[in-house]
Amino acid sequence: MKNEVYLDNSATTRAYPEVADIVKQVMLEDYGNPSSMHMKGVDAEQYVKQAGQILATSLKCKPENILFTSGGTESDNLALIGTARAMARRGRHIITTQIEHPAVLETCEYLSKEGFEITYLPVDGNGIVDLDTLEKSLRPDTILVSVMHVNNEIGAVEPIEEIGTIIRRVSPDAFFHVDAVQGYGKIRLIPKKCNIDLMSVSGHKFHGPKGVGFLYMSDRARLRPIIFGGGQQKGMRSGTENVPGIAGLALAADLTMSSLDEDVSRLKTLKAYAAERLSGIDGVTLNGFNDGESAPHILSISIRDVRAEVMLHALEDKGVYVSSGSACASNKPAISATLKAIGLDRSLLDSTIRISMSHFTTEEEIRYACDCFGELIPGLRRYIRK
Amino acid sequence: MEYSSFLIKYGEIGVKGKNRYLFENALMQQIKYALKRCEGQFKVHKAEGRIYVDALSDFDQDEVTDNLKTVFGISGICPMTFSEDNGFEDLKVFVIDYMKKVYADASEGTTFKVYARRSNKRYPLDSMELNALLGEAILEAMPVLKVDVHNPDITLFVEVRERIYVYSEVIPGPGGMPVGTGGKAMLLLSGGIDSPVAGYMISKRGVKIDAVYFHAPPYTSERAKQKVIDLAKKVSRYSGPIYLHVINFTDIQLAIYEKCPQDELTIIMRRYMMRIAETIAKETGCLGLITGESIGQVASQTLASLAVTNEVCTLPVFRPCIGMDKLEIVEISQKIDTYETSILPYEDCCTIFVAKHPVTKPSLEIIAKHEHNLDEVIDDLLKNALETKETIVVSTDE
Repeated sequence: MKNEVYLDNSATTRAYPEVADIVKQVMLEDYGNPSSMHMKGVDAEQYVKQAGQILATSLKCKPENILFTSGGTESDNLALIGTARAMARRGRHIITTQIEHPAVLETCEYLSKEGFEITYLPVDGNGIVDLDTLEKSLRPDTILVSVMHVNNEIGAVEPIEEIGTIIRRVSPDAFFHVDAVQGYGKIRLIPKKCNIDLMSVSGHKFHGPKGVGFLYMSDRARLRPIIFGGGQQKGMRSGTENVPGIAGLALAADLTMSSLDEDVSRLKTLKAYAAERLSGIDGVTLNGFNDGESAPHILSISIRDVRAEVMLHALEDKGVYVSSGSACASNKPAISATLKAIGLDRSLLDSTIRISMSHFTTEEEIRYACDCFGELIPGLRRYIRK
Repeated sequence: MEYSSFLIKYGEIGVKGKNRYLFENALMQQIKYALKRCEGQFKVHKAEGRIYVDALSDFDQDEVTDNLKTVFGISGICPMTFSEDNGFEDLKVFVIDYMKKVYADASEGTTFKVYARRSNKRYPLDSMELNALLGEAILEAMPVLKVDVHNPDITLFVEVRERIYVYSEVIPGPGGMPVGTGGKAMLLLSGGIDSPVAGYMISKRGVKIDAVYFHAPPYTSERAKQKVIDLAKKVSRYSGPIYLHVINFTDIQLAIYEKCPQDELTIIMRRYMMRIAETIAKETGCLGLITGESIGQVASQTLASLAVTNEVCTLPVFRPCIGMDKLEIVEISQKIDTYETSILPYEDCCTIFVAKHPVTKPSLEIIAKHEHNLDEVIDDLLKNALETKETIVVSTDE
């Protein structure tokens, strides 16, 4: 069998075996509808309640602050559209950044067509939002600020706590949404401490199932629902709860949080090692590395004169799976907004590879992957467009 | 209206003299292949010089006609309904019922005629009598209709066999000749818009097709290969099962890149593709090659380039899109449902092998001379490419 080294964990992760087990168990045995009156319903409801508890503990909040969704995209949509609709009478100004995930950027585009005004904050060469610009952009009619915790393409970690402080000081009525899809389970973030009102999390980024996630809502957050139906989850998100997914999500969160410190220090070592070896290859540069301050699991590199897609397929042939730019966006060969925003040289936009690690990533795998890069790059570079 | 069977009309093959049965059998085989995609049980049979499809179970009429429309050789599809022979009075009721159901919305003055055929000669009325008596009965039952025996809006066919069949609609078929009656040819299939159309067009003339695809990992992705398989599958709705040969072309491409002038890369590459396609074609009994080329579309498709490419082949090369504009090709690709797949953006990364300014008027002598730069390696590379070819049978049969 071919060696398989999966380094595309920011696209999605392999589930913990325990997670797969519990999903299966809920589907086959505890398959009731939490809204049903009978015992089967009560059993199912227990999973949802317990999951709320586990996730709340991870964020030091109450279970009532957790709203289950279908994942990051829905959470972002609900946070932005729900807030905009609830607050439209107070103001129509929203602030976000140039490097958000499409789930935020496209939703903002939609809202701008609905008459909301959007300010897109620029970032520096490491992808970090400028706090002064943020402060100057806040206005009396600003209703929402949405900033991602960890950028999915280069791993930039935004100063969420400082941002929260500024918003609270300058525009205390504005709500603060954080897309924590890439950060949750890697870098601890306590919403209350950071003045966060809304926070999006997706299960499959930390070894949970796909199609399930949640939105943290502070007590003061005000949202209009965007999905209507049977009134589940206090009418905020109708639809029968995805009980197997929710059970798996909570278990994945639990397992992730229990090994977080250990994993993070290991990932930091691996990342430093990979950064050193890869940047030692002729023509390879690191993006948004920020002296190692970027997220512990994401490393973005550009390889001069090698097309990212060719590099990706050549690595694939060696069993190494990485991504070019951001996987969510890479079906359409659009130029990455993040890479442009950090001012990456134009000639490198199409030569950028993302390596993303997880709980399961081993030192041996990283060594092997670095070996592969080292072997392949000179050969691929021989063939550039003449 | 509930139909129970279909009369299949075939135009061109009717004139093929003593070979007629070969054409009919090929047509029946292709009809069976198309019907496998439909829910339900069907019987395909020949009777009195015509082909019938009888439904033996429930079926979806739209699904069946859509799939019959993929069978080359069919000029028309007539959905029929039948009645057991319980005497003329019964037949009258049946025919009136049919007309009322199918033409419930007929406007005042719509014209019709009855066209009866009596192959069961024991039937007490002959076809002229049937025409007259049924026509009269219909007129009485549906006063909005008028008779016009020369140029009617509706022709109601009544076929008296063991049972009595009635039909009046003719849905146009795709025309052409039944696949398998015209030999076999090798299609050079890429992920683009033109080559699937070329395959479709040649197949329409009864030619069975196999295909060859040149894969260049890591410069082309698995998805690009899957896209070609998906395209072949769409074409195979019409052409029947396709043997798709996948050739790993990377090493040849890299050798050309390293040893030949950059502005000639594409043309030399095309020549090797043709050579490989022809080798496989000859091994597998194909009598020609098919490409999607169209004059002047790109640098490698100027007349001069086509001539240089063509020079390496001894088999005839069929280029059915040769005189078509891109929009005309697109129109066909939309009709045969390959367009949406063709435009998927799994663009091969082969662009690095495409010169910024490729030659448009290559000279055969110069190209042939530069190909000699490959002399040391090319035999081994070609041999290896052919030995490592992967063959996938692509068919709509699961």
